[in-house]
Amino acid sequence: MLSIKDLHIAFRSGDSLNPALKGVSLELGKGETLAVVGESGSGKSVTALAITRLLSSPPAVYQGGEIVFQGQDLLKTPDAELRKVRGGKIAYIFQEPSTSLNPVYSIRSQIAEMISLHRPDVVDRDAEIIRWLDAVGIVDPAKRLHDYPHQLSGGMQQRVMIAMALSARPDLLIADEPTTALDVTIQRQILDKLRELQRDLGMAVMLITHNFAIIRGLARHVAVMYRGEVVEYGETDQVLRSPKHPYTKALIACIPRLGDHRKRLPTIDSFMS
Amino acid sequence: MSSVPTSLDESPVARILRRFRADPMARASVAVIVLFALLAGITPLLSALGIPWPCDPNLTVLEQKLLPPSPAHWLGTDNLGRDVLSRMLHGASISLTVGLIAVAVSLGIGVLAGAVAGYFGGKIDQILMRSVDALLCFPTFFLILTAVALLGPSLINIVVVIGLVSWTGTARLVRGEFLTLRETEYVKSARVLGQRAWTIIIRHILPNAAAPILVTAVLGIPDAILSEAGLSFLGFGVQPPQATWGNIIADGKTYLLDAWWLILFPGLAILVASLSFYLAGDALREAAESRN
Amino acid sequence: MTFFILRRLGLSLALLFLISIISFFIVTLTPGSPYPWGELNPKISAEVKANFRKKFHLDRPLPEQYALIMRDLFTGDLRSIKDDRPVLSRILERLPATLALNFTSILISLSFGTLLGVYAARNAGRWQDMTGSFVAFLFIALPSFWISYLLAIVLVKGFHVPILGTHSYGIGFPNAFAAGLDTLWHLLLPATVLAIGGIAAQSRYLRATMIGTLREDYIRTARSKGLAEETVLYKHALRNSVRPLVTGIGMLLPALLSGAVIVENIFAYPGMGRLGYEAVLERDYPTLVALNFVVAALVLLGNLLSDLLYAAVDPRVRLE
Repeated sequence: MLSIKDLHIAFRSGDSLNPALKGVSLELGKGETLAVVGESGSGKSVTALAITRLLSSPPAVYQGGEIVFQGQDLLKTPDAELRKVRGGKIAYIFQEPSTSLNPVYSIRSQIAEMISLHRPDVVDRDAEIIRWLDAVGIVDPAKRLHDYPHQLSGGMQQRVMIAMALSARPDLLIADEPTTALDVTIQRQILDKLRELQRDLGMAVMLITHNFAIIRGLARHVAVMYRGEVVEYGETDQVLRSPKHPYTKALIACIPRLGDHRKRLPTIDSFMS
Repeated sequence: MSSVPTSLDESPVARILRRFRADPMARASVAVIVLFALLAGITPLLSALGIPWPCDPNLTVLEQKLLPPSPAHWLGTDNLGRDVLSRMLHGASISLTVGLIAVAVSLGIGVLAGAVAGYFGGKIDQILMRSVDALLCFPTFFLILTAVALLGPSLINIVVVIGLVSWTGTARLVRGEFLTLRETEYVKSARVLGQRAWTIIIRHILPNAAAPILVTAVLGIPDAILSEAGLSFLGFGVQPPQATWGNIIADGKTYLLDAWWLILFPGLAILVASLSFYLAGDALREAAESRN
Repeated sequence: MTFFILRRLGLSLALLFLISIISFFIVTLTPGSPYPWGELNPKISAEVKANFRKKFHLDRPLPEQYALIMRDLFTGDLRSIKDDRPVLSRILERLPATLALNFTSILISLSFGTLLGVYAARNAGRWQDMTGSFVAFLFIALPSFWISYLLAIVLVKGFHVPILGTHSYGIGFPNAFAAGLDTLWHLLLPATVLAIGGIAAQSRYLRATMIGTLREDYIRTARSKGLAEETVLYKHALRNSVRPLVTGIGMLLPALLSGAVIVENIFAYPGMGRLGYEAVLERDYPTLVALNFVVAALVLLGNLLSDLLYAAVDPRVRLE
């Protein structure tokens, strides 16, 4: 369904061009989940945003490669067509739910906007919105309809974002560090909810994270990124059991485990020399 | 990688100057300002030395009144046969003088007020800022007009009044800067070391706030020029026979439909002078604020 | 919300008090004032001088003078030197014309300023933005009397169109609608001249705020939803960049009332600006005190209204 081939992206700063992605290739099939793991600066968010050309174009320069989604190369698609894909076929949720929702519009109006844009056939929008809010686990959705984002807790805001993203029934959901900004207790709930929704809707998910620990049981395949390249790619269980690249080994080793008797926490550097 | 020097190599002033020089708009406006300053400076000098140039601005030749621009009188003559170009050149010196001195006055008051409010805080700050808020409610020009009319229109009065009315913007800016700079490490250590308040203000904080203060100063000059022009136009500026850009237009308004040059040229001068200061000030602000 | 209003009102009253003090002192304490004649003018008899001093309480200590003048202002005892009518009524009868002029001008400034500001922000850094900046500064540097006369020359010589006063003199109109249009036309010219600086200022403030807003996360979310760029700009970004528009009203007002002194003079428009100019010419002390006070009070009121408007627009302020 989605196939990224040899993507090269750089960022212009003044007179120089700083490479961000140096030949990234990924594949994602229908209904599958792919985890993209790496530390900050590895290029995972850039990859995610690049898929529907969401990177701001003055600094970002698309240097080469293909992004083929359902048969179309999204890098060459005209703007009007691309806008139909955005939201309607490929939806996003972001890391900071508190700043990712527009503060001056109610959650009802923001979700309604999504529905009227991509599913104009829906007649009773309010009912539809309530259904989705319920599906993501928001208590008493009818009462919450006219609330503003700042009136909700972080976990609830993220649920609203998920509801908004899914309400257009996309084929692919790209989740960029969806739980990083949330409490640990909430993280599990949100991830479980995501898995449940994915199963029910049969959609594909690209999960971006720096946390190796959360992807087991969630993603069938994993791609490990380091400094703009994919350094390891394979089935999650395989990779976790026997990682091939030193960076992957480092990431896995850095996952703190209960019952671990270590005097010093390892760092990536100690593995990469 | 280009060979542009990194910001670590140059002083803040050099960095600002480099960026400023790189902007073509900035260069053009500075050129105009320099031209303006030269003309404004030379003309009264030559006049005082007995060489009126291009001709005596007060020479009344009634047979030559209201002549359109010609090789003899490049910008025409006014209702008393006086050469418009000469009058405008003398008017330039008035405008520039008012611009510079009024800004100096307003800067003096504004920096002082802002520094005191920003550094000492507390009640002083509250009182000063409420006064600024109240003063800002007054339509500036009307206040200036009222004061100048009551005091009597002379160059000194005009300059002082404009300065007294315009210090609020600088004060707010300086206060803001001081509030921030007061919390920096080096100021805190200076205080711990027992340095006196005014020493800290003058030696440590003020130099760091210099760039935005300079920008405000440059941007304040055209405001003063425009106020002076307005006053002159209404008859409350520097009095005749001294020529000012405003009063040439005022003289010309009776002959509006027939002698368009009396309106066009002085106004154009006001526009170009003000515009170049605004553009230069804006370019300076950009140079001081940008990150490379 | 009520607490917010009450707090603002309290602050406004305090400022009003400060304003009244400033108005009084500026006019009374300026050397040479408040006597409308020269200090040493021998033609004015001692008796006339004494009467003047008594009438305006100039023989009392300063704070008392202030209190008495303020009282007289509101009770209608403060009368203009020119025609001995209560100063407050002279001012209030000009109020509708001034309000109409300012309202129209603000409307023009805000609408064109917004369009220009959004255009500059969306093209930030490119030539369209540079041109927009240049034009903005051009507008600010434009002397109002100059552009008024140039417009006058063009309209009167080129199009033979009447421009002075509030309606065309000596022409009867077939119905109220035509008369209304004529009044609107006479309003439009001074309002536009006054609005020029406002358009520039508004566009600059809005541009700066919009550039910041466009960097926010929720704008990225809006784009990821597949919305057209116009929708992202005008629905999502603009609504969050409203603050300069609203505070702009507060900043435009003093400039408008200032500019009106010159513009109303040129177009013979009977507003408070014209009244101010006449008062200055005649050194009409009571009118000057009162006018400075009323005008600043109007600005204060305008600021209060725009703050309330801002609270209405931004739900975060409302629900505190």
